[in-house]
Amino acid sequence: MNGKTRSLLAIEPLTAGQINELLSLARKMDPKRPRNTLHGRRIALLFYENSTRTRTSFEIAAKSLGATTTVIHATSSSIEKGESLKDTGLTLRSIVDAIVVRHPNSGAPNLLAKILDIPIINAGDGMHEHPSQGLLDAFTILEHKKTMKGLRIAIVGDILHSRVARSDAHLFSKLGARLTFSGPEVMLPDVASGLARNIHIERDMDKAIHGADVVMMLRVQQERLAGMQINLDEYIRRYQLTAARVKMAKKDAIIMHPGPMIRGMELTDEVADHPQSVVLEQVLNGVKVRMAILSSLLGGRR
Amino acid sequence: MSESLLIRGGHLMDPAQGIDEARDLLLKDGRVVEVAAPGKIKGADTTVNATGLIVSPGFIDLHVHLREPGHTHKETIATGTAAAAAGGFTSVCAMPNTAPVNDSPAITRWMRDPDREAVVNVFPVAAATVGSAGERLTDFRALQEAGAVGVSDDGKPVLDDGLMAHALAAASKLDMVVIQHAEDTRLTQGGVMNEGATSFRLGLRGQPPESEWSLVERDVRLAYDEKARMHVAHISTAKALDYLKMGKKAGARVTCEVCPHHFMFTEEDCSDYDTRYKMNPPLRTAADREALLKGLEDGAVDAIATDHAPHAQYEKFVEFDKAAFGVTGLEIALGASITHLHRARKVPLMRIVHLLTAGPAAIVNLESRGTLKKGSCADVTLFDPKKKWTYDVRKSRSKARNAPYDGMEFYGRVIATIVGGKIVFDAR
Repeated sequence: MNGKTRSLLAIEPLTAGQINELLSLARKMDPKRPRNTLHGRRIALLFYENSTRTRTSFEIAAKSLGATTTVIHATSSSIEKGESLKDTGLTLRSIVDAIVVRHPNSGAPNLLAKILDIPIINAGDGMHEHPSQGLLDAFTILEHKKTMKGLRIAIVGDILHSRVARSDAHLFSKLGARLTFSGPEVMLPDVASGLARNIHIERDMDKAIHGADVVMMLRVQQERLAGMQINLDEYIRRYQLTAARVKMAKKDAIIMHPGPMIRGMELTDEVADHPQSVVLEQVLNGVKVRMAILSSLLGGRR
Repeated sequence: MSESLLIRGGHLMDPAQGIDEARDLLLKDGRVVEVAAPGKIKGADTTVNATGLIVSPGFIDLHVHLREPGHTHKETIATGTAAAAAGGFTSVCAMPNTAPVNDSPAITRWMRDPDREAVVNVFPVAAATVGSAGERLTDFRALQEAGAVGVSDDGKPVLDDGLMAHALAAASKLDMVVIQHAEDTRLTQGGVMNEGATSFRLGLRGQPPESEWSLVERDVRLAYDEKARMHVAHISTAKALDYLKMGKKAGARVTCEVCPHHFMFTEEDCSDYDTRYKMNPPLRTAADREALLKGLEDGAVDAIATDHAPHAQYEKFVEFDKAAFGVTGLEIALGASITHLHRARKVPLMRIVHLLTAGPAAIVNLESRGTLKKGSCADVTLFDPKKKWTYDVRKSRSKARNAPYDGMEFYGRVIATIVGGKIVFDAR
């Protein structure tokens, strides 16, 4: 979807049409009903960062389509010995048909895509994007709402450091939703509203989620809070999703979280298990969406 | 006695003398011995036909990284100066961030030694503090005697106010310029591009514009107080240029240079994480670029300098966060200036020549250079302002390939470069 070879590097360059096509394909996917569309294809899962849910999800998705997978962890490979991303990519190129990559540096998948002529699938790069997460979030929303058009979606928390927020914002905006970002300035600079169309910033969380159809909570990355010199108690007071706040959103609003969620931080225990929470659905939908991505990019059914 | 060289039939542009007309030029013993109306000078050992060409004083680049000693895998004095000659530069000021740092007369002399096989004049800018560590001033007098034309901790700005004031005062006594890389590194930790909407979109850490202008504001003030000469290297933000203009108006002896990449590109060019567009200071916004172009036009800017920063491919072709800062620039500076200033904005060629010659010469006290008046050094650049050409990085004389200009078309080509009366580059 980007460049000469079909890769999925980001949501930003995709059209609404391409997104809808992937979502429709995902609706036909079911990991409990394996297919053989990618039989004989080899997919490398190249992980420079720890990940449980995304890696497992891609692995199950690939296997449900009949592909062979191999997982490469940065810490237990030649990468730790100082091999460059370029050389790692070139090495893998000779033995696999596609690379799913998770990397702490924004743009690392773009670099691989420049070098290699096989599909590169971004499984999260630095603070940039996490396109498969964006797609699964959209998929989940559309299981509950008829259309994305005109939907009011609030994204709350550390948006600056969140690749999920960027992918979600691009995607929801392309499909016609109205977005509200909420968070303190150190986590949400004013320039964030320029990311895509129909985004506005509301520092007051109560106002941000008032009348929302979807409330997306982002993980509070405690290790970052120290650097920002933010008072944790104050953050929780201003930006934690509580049962009382859930009531401010629409009655049929859904609560989302890309995980891993920290109970007692960005949301209360009660909200984490709230009937309106769709967090666990997100996980299952992740496999379907990733099956669709792999199937589409690796020349399976389109 | 050396051979004489006659440059005949060209159009002389010498802003220092206000000459903008047809002139023949006779060079001998490394000096300009005669400047006369066309056809008046007879009899020379060699004649160069400059018909249709601009004859300019040799260009002077205030800011290059020749990487020697210590980083010869990136560039050497020989390769860097060969690239300079191809770009029409007859003199380059070599920054001190070598390994070891050029903080001593010995290294300064070593860089100027004929064994380095420099093709053009090399004028080292020595470190302002020992090891560029920002703690103790170097011996400015000894460095000046060894051939240093200025002091700077390029890449590692002098942050301590007191130390900067001391440096300015010490340099002032020697009529030496302090060149500041204006970056408050306390604000740029981890920043790999300009901070703003684009860095947010790309998920890259930014360097806020205030990291530059806050330091320029301080240094202009200090230079004013010390009545010293302070030169801002590679100025990149509109606001820093505003502070500089305010300082000049108030009578401070402050100057600045602008790099071609900063007047050619903006932060948007970092999209797709192309590390060839990663440099320090970073590419800024369209508004900043516009302010720099305007400053080059109206005289607020004193010189065009390249900040030629060669790197090996393996240091550049990596993740954006990990890539070395820097672009090359020696070979495209004239083309970029003519294309983006003269053709796009009608900046007179005389102004561009000034920014490449008399402007920089005055900043580093190269009195007998930057002009072609009788008796000055026989450093001459011949160029064709109308010639269209395409930059091909594979043919670069530099060791490095970190040039975003690869494949770009330019107007204005250097045809010959003459240093000390000898042709060191000839495109014909």
